[in-house]
Amino acid sequence: MSTAYQQRFESLLDSLNAAVQPGEQFTLGYSAEHSQFVRFNHAKVRQAGLVSQASVQLRLVREGRQAEQQITLGDDAELDRQRLHDALAQLRQTLPLLAVDPYLNLDYSAWHSHSLLEQPLPELDEVLALVEREAGDLDLVGIYAAGPICRGFASSFGAFGWHQANSFNFDWSLFHANGQAVKANYAGQAWSGETFAARLRQAREQLAHLGRPAVTLKPGSYRAYLAPAAMDEIAGMLCWGGFSAQALATGNSPLQRLYNGDAQLSPLVSFREQVSGSLSPAFSDEGSPRRDLLLIGEGRALERLVSARSAVEFGQQANGADSYESPCALSLAPGNLPCEQILERLGTGLYISNLWYLNYSDLPAARMTGLTRFATFWVENGQIQGPVSTMRFDDSLYNLLGNQLEDLSQEREMILSTSTYGQRSTGSSHLPGALVKGLTLTL
Amino acid sequence: MFDSSTLLRQRFAALRSTAELFSLRHVKQSHQSLSVRRNVAEPPFFSQDEGAMLTVRVNGVEAYAATADLSQAGLQRALEQAEALARRIKASSLLDLSGQAAPSGRHDHVSPNFEQSLPKLADCLDLLAAESASVPRDERFVDWQASLGFSVVEQTYLNSAGAELRHAQRFIYPGLGVTASDGQDSQSRSLGRENFGQQGGFEVVERCGLVGAARRVADEALQLLLAPNTPAGQRDLLLMPDQMMLQIHESIGHPLELDRILGDERNYAGTSFVKASDFGHLQYGSKLLNVTFDPTIHEELASYSFDDDGTPASKQFLIRDGLLVRPLGGALSQLRSGLDGVANSRACGWNRAPIDRMANLNIEPGEQTLAQLIAGIEHGILMRTNRSWSIDDARNKFQFGCEWGQLIENGELKGVVKNPNYRGISADFWRNLSAVGDRSTFQVLGTPNCGKGEPNQVVRVGHASPACVFRQIDVFGGDA
Repeated sequence: MSTAYQQRFESLLDSLNAAVQPGEQFTLGYSAEHSQFVRFNHAKVRQAGLVSQASVQLRLVREGRQAEQQITLGDDAELDRQRLHDALAQLRQTLPLLAVDPYLNLDYSAWHSHSLLEQPLPELDEVLALVEREAGDLDLVGIYAAGPICRGFASSFGAFGWHQANSFNFDWSLFHANGQAVKANYAGQAWSGETFAARLRQAREQLAHLGRPAVTLKPGSYRAYLAPAAMDEIAGMLCWGGFSAQALATGNSPLQRLYNGDAQLSPLVSFREQVSGSLSPAFSDEGSPRRDLLLIGEGRALERLVSARSAVEFGQQANGADSYESPCALSLAPGNLPCEQILERLGTGLYISNLWYLNYSDLPAARMTGLTRFATFWVENGQIQGPVSTMRFDDSLYNLLGNQLEDLSQEREMILSTSTYGQRSTGSSHLPGALVKGLTLTL
Repeated sequence: MFDSSTLLRQRFAALRSTAELFSLRHVKQSHQSLSVRRNVAEPPFFSQDEGAMLTVRVNGVEAYAATADLSQAGLQRALEQAEALARRIKASSLLDLSGQAAPSGRHDHVSPNFEQSLPKLADCLDLLAAESASVPRDERFVDWQASLGFSVVEQTYLNSAGAELRHAQRFIYPGLGVTASDGQDSQSRSLGRENFGQQGGFEVVERCGLVGAARRVADEALQLLLAPNTPAGQRDLLLMPDQMMLQIHESIGHPLELDRILGDERNYAGTSFVKASDFGHLQYGSKLLNVTFDPTIHEELASYSFDDDGTPASKQFLIRDGLLVRPLGGALSQLRSGLDGVANSRACGWNRAPIDRMANLNIEPGEQTLAQLIAGIEHGILMRTNRSWSIDDARNKFQFGCEWGQLIENGELKGVVKNPNYRGISADFWRNLSAVGDRSTFQVLGTPNCGKGEPNQVVRVGHASPACVFRQIDVFGGDA
């Protein structure tokens, strides 16, 4: 298993190098996974399966023109080579039909990067047995996803990157009979049955708080503590064009006013794209080495994510961003609020574990709306009173992480993406919780 | 079309299994994306994807294995992996499917004009370049883009009970968008994009109205930039079809998905404020509300003859005269719940298993023209084209935003307003439905981007709707 994916990729690369003609340049991206997916409902297996998939994305360049094709690979080396050559032929036919691309910007460096992490993954039987032992009497619902993930990149200029890691992500909720729920997650590259069992027990303990009578709040402004998982939803919204050079240049970024210098966030706020040490590949989908970037420093906009294309179009320096200019490892600096003082410092207000379904109600104003979800509690004088029924907030980032931000927690959580759209994600975020003086609830 | 069928049949016939039932769902899809942004053609993108999901039922327990290795050995290996997994999870399985009937039909479904040739790539790029170039020169136009997407999907479902169900479908996605900015505020106006897609040939581009639209769309973006904010307060709300589709999708479609009601999605997509016991009893909306699952409008995005589990699809009322009568639940959910459902068990591709999804979910037209709808409003607002959507995990408390707003006073359309947002609660909102537009206001729309499921899946859904009026809704604008 360990080197089979890389050998397949290198074999395709050899074949492609032999097939290209003088004057042609290419980049070749690779993506593969062998995944076990097990869905749970009522602590039983609702649906289980295996997915084995691999694909390459070929970009052909000639005389300033470029086009791309992605193809799914099978397990037959000869057939895969044929598919790649068919793609090459189609792209060759396409290029003469195109105008010269003024924003074509290739990375000609012959960089090399290699990462292979093969920590053993648990047998499914062990996972099922732990779920049964620790949560068999609970209403557990969620998904266990595990297996190797590979990303590769190579170019006709000699660049070569390989990233392969075994990883798992168990994301689940425990539901109380009254409909309230607590969310939990255990994800990473080094599995420990003991740690998983401890997480299950911790979630079980949190479930007990949800049995108290629910508190219904009226719309208004409330003190609130947003736990790291809730902050992850807000950070996720910023990833949606917030730091993108293209979005910033074309009026489509929610952080337009921050980057224009017309607004600023609290000096407590420093966001980084922290690729080093994350689970993401060390190279972008465009084939450039990623860089750690200070995006917002002490509340002021600094660097932005610049893809190779944006660099030419908007006269900036490319900095290893993906083509879609979204962070893959966003990190928010910690603050001064110790974990054990969160409830005390909150005093009276909302403890929000998770937020859900955020969107912009006014994008240029960075005003966003969303809802509480999972364990959200009403706290009085530092004591949890009971769970809060689902509430909607609608507030500006310039309030929440600006003039209303009181502190950030000292401890941060490394949150590994649970996204499996198309393929399992390697994205992550590293975030503290936030204590805010006022969060506007509207419904 | 169906070039792989003979080989697939042979290989399926040669598979060996001790399972009481097994199936193969082969999906082959290609896609082409073309775009011209700010008068520069972006690199064309093509994709080719092909693979198969093998599903087995062993002692009432089902499991799957998905592979792109379509050789005889590759398919046999996947089948054996699925079998081994089904045996492994037997003691932990939630469901016993021993009693579920297996489909055995044979049928082909083909999109309208499936084999009609599309214009050549260069001609498509010329079309897009012409639209892009017709955006007027004005430094306030900071971004604009014209795009075309073409997808072709062929699917073959075979099972050991003798079923052979084939789909050949082509989906067309035209799009146009313009953003105007004064440095502080930005306003966008669009046509098509995430709000429009249909099955068919190039006539879909004509129906969308893409050609020649750029100048108008740009002008509307500029009007929005110069417009006042939407005033806050209660108003009668006239939603045009390109916002109705989102309203239907989020506050009728998702809450009626039976797998949500059965709890499968509680960890991710969410649950529902609707209970299984509500069907046949809950007055979901006013008497004017008639909602159908309708796979028979040929051009609509999710029209098909059979779903991905092989259940034959037919038009069904989900809500009739406001009364909730039927959920969106496929054969498996029907077995689990004892409720009658529809053929909506769907997967996004060969690498994901079918689950309950929306397909075509429509509102049946009423009797009033658009002029009559407007004339019937004393103090209101018209909104069109969704741009923001947010709803709670039970699909009840929502807040939606549109690109375009226009006030209505004393039965007449008045000035344009920007940042039109509104919020409400699904369980109440549809009871405020006070007027439904006639067929002249009815549009067949859809989106390729409905996300749900663990592992995650994005599927195409169709929504057709007339314009509709809702009484006394909370509306509001933005900050600037």
